[in-house]
Amino acid sequence: MSVEHVPRDRIDSYPTHRIAGYGVRPGRPMPFGATLVPGGVNFSVFSNGADAMSLVLYRRGAPAPMAELPFPRGFRVGGVFAMVVYGLDYEDLEYGYRAYGPERPRFGDRFDPTRVLADPYARSVSGRDVWGAVPDWEREYPYRSRLVFDDFDWDGDTPLRVPAEDLVVYEAHVRGFTRNPNSGVRSPGTYAGLAEKIPYLRELGVNCVELMPVFEFDEFENSRVLPGTGERLYNYWGYSTLGFYAPKAGYAATGRYGMQADELKTLVRQLHRAGIEVVLDVVFNHTAEGNENGPTISFRGLDNAVYYMLTPSGQYYNFSGTGNTFNCNHPVVRDFVLDCLRFWASEYHIDGFRFDLAAILDRDIHGAPLANPPLLESLAHDPVLRDCKLIAEAWDAGGLYQVGNFPNYGRWAEWNGKYRDTVRRFLKGDPALAGEMATRYTGSSDLYGGRGAVASVNFVTCHDGFTLNDLVSYDEKHNEANGEGNRDGADDNNSWNHGVEGPTDDPDIAALRLRQLKNAMAILLTSHGVPMLLAGDEVANTQNGNNNAYCHDSELSWFDWELVEKNAELLSFVRACVAFRHAHPVLRGAGHFRGTDYAGTGYQDLSWHGVRAWEPDWSPGSRFVASLRCGGHAKGGTVQDDFVYVAVNSHWEALDVELPRLPEGARWRVFADTSLPAPRDAHAPGTEPEAADQAAYRVGPRSVVVLVGPRAAAQASSDNPSD
Amino acid sequence: MSFDATLDMAGRTATIRLAGSLDTATAPMFREVIEQASTGPLELLVLNMENLSYMSSAGLRCLLFARQKMGEDTRVMVLGANPEVSRTIRLTGFDQSITMSRHVAD
Repeated sequence: MSVEHVPRDRIDSYPTHRIAGYGVRPGRPMPFGATLVPGGVNFSVFSNGADAMSLVLYRRGAPAPMAELPFPRGFRVGGVFAMVVYGLDYEDLEYGYRAYGPERPRFGDRFDPTRVLADPYARSVSGRDVWGAVPDWEREYPYRSRLVFDDFDWDGDTPLRVPAEDLVVYEAHVRGFTRNPNSGVRSPGTYAGLAEKIPYLRELGVNCVELMPVFEFDEFENSRVLPGTGERLYNYWGYSTLGFYAPKAGYAATGRYGMQADELKTLVRQLHRAGIEVVLDVVFNHTAEGNENGPTISFRGLDNAVYYMLTPSGQYYNFSGTGNTFNCNHPVVRDFVLDCLRFWASEYHIDGFRFDLAAILDRDIHGAPLANPPLLESLAHDPVLRDCKLIAEAWDAGGLYQVGNFPNYGRWAEWNGKYRDTVRRFLKGDPALAGEMATRYTGSSDLYGGRGAVASVNFVTCHDGFTLNDLVSYDEKHNEANGEGNRDGADDNNSWNHGVEGPTDDPDIAALRLRQLKNAMAILLTSHGVPMLLAGDEVANTQNGNNNAYCHDSELSWFDWELVEKNAELLSFVRACVAFRHAHPVLRGAGHFRGTDYAGTGYQDLSWHGVRAWEPDWSPGSRFVASLRCGGHAKGGTVQDDFVYVAVNSHWEALDVELPRLPEGARWRVFADTSLPAPRDAHAPGTEPEAADQAAYRVGPRSVVVLVGPRAAAQASSDNPSD
Repeated sequence: MSFDATLDMAGRTATIRLAGSLDTATAPMFREVIEQASTGPLELLVLNMENLSYMSSAGLRCLLFARQKMGEDTRVMVLGANPEVSRTIRLTGFDQSITMSRHVAD
């Protein structure tokens, strides 16, 4: 217990006091948290309401503390308690705080000196080191703060800074992605396991993975065993944070050694080397402490009234639907969130963040929406976060729905829930949607005018709701396995089973469903904006109709890798669509279309077409939308690309469609036609066969056709390859 | 809990033989020997772990220290690490600038 790894060459690296057998000296209030300093550790924690504070030290895993060090009066600056402790075994140390203060819930104070509290800034949390290992429920101080070394060798890695409009996002659950034994990886369900699948991601062509929460959480929170089946249900998704600075240890094959930070950093570095960005799904709208009846873990016992939105009588507001609401626009909490994101961006090289229930981030301390929420403004203008993508789930559980008007400061993108709803309804043939479909397809200029198409993260499915396969296989949700009588989960899914609920042997229905999957992918991957795929949708992964699989750590929620072979046809189609998107900058504009020929090509940047070219049909009965993008206007006219014609027919009958004429010398080629059997359903860029009839095309029932018209032959000699 | 680290220099190759248990308490000794080894110009630093019974994360961090202490021209090789240690080194990315070898005969 007397290990000092750094020579002391400064006078301020010697103790001035002894407390509980340890040499100590007054610490520095900044930075908050536990920081290695020469010869010791600087512990800094703040509480505005506490009268006194102790630092509690444990040997790793020991039931009782090995020492408790009260902060002397002189170790306090304002509301900050800071102390350097010498001679600690960093590797074997767990620490926490005991805060003394009033227990007056009516006034917002919930101090509880019987509890040892986790450091809100802890870089590592122990207690749930191995996923699913049954914890000792009697253990005092279950989630313990630990130290982490910042000596990871990044080998020159930096965030990738892929322009947002060029992203193809892939939403994945770290554990679910490779936990199924048929994933074939050496460390299933871990960061390392995900890293082993990087070749698969590269082949798919995605260039950004969005990881569902990886901040430490307790998979046993609200865990229960289902009567009947005996299956244990978990907090599998992890939208309930215990440690905002700590990566989930149970997602690391090396978590048992406390090396999860290194393993996650290794994953980030490897993804970056493969050209794939990493976006984290972050949950700042609430914490794992729940409401009045929840456990006191950290924030509640340090500064309850600062960290949480409270009613005038001291109760918890519940805009998150989980019991409490993080007080994001309190100045102290604002700094906490900002510091945390800076930490992940700089220390873990994270490329961006998706904010769960982000509408809560623009509520004031009483819950009222702010026109100019300081937190969102700070994040938008922060220098450390300058190159990070900021993506809002622009609604909350308190009824605030801000898709299209989330305060954005020219920086924030949004999960476009209206895109999802419209595409789903149009796909199943709902009437009177041609106009809205056209708007959603082209980056939702009605919602994001002035912000550009990059503000729209387009998706048809995400972790929350049906998988794409289930969207075309079920009319109703089937959440019985959640043990809540099928009452949980959304009821308005805009799904359609195509004739039979669930799996079927009927070849016609199976073929139609497969076509609809291809249709959805073709629409999504040619839409203007930022496409996001749910991991597994490219191989028709199923959750058996469960649209709220938050509690299942089983085959129900895991990626089934056998589908990679079984549904190879769909996978090939999706790969082709991603490759097509990457090959065509005309599909990836940052701005919206103007509907004019500002580049002087003889064509508008975007034009609409119907069964007759140049005559779109916006009438209520129309289920056909066709668009023509002119490659001369790609990226605002700064690069040259081909013409791309996309026809979406959600009618149950085929349509003979007149094609718009290309410039002299150019001829239509068929990139994709979802009505054709594989391998003619899609082609690799550059290998598209020429259309037999250059003037007309038969667009099959419920089908999508994508044609590409190479740049005019007349220009070809002088053109440079674009992008 | 014993630990020993001995240094052999042969031309431009340094070999550090580790024995016993490498953890927070003993890691500083290892680091000292690494510093000694780094005084001369080296082509190869061999860390022989055949007789190492246990290595904690503090021990793994010494590999980073060794890598940083040596110049870019020095190859760092870990020899004879047990499978558990090898696996941890690989999963946490410590292996990227270090050669892993199962056997003493390279």
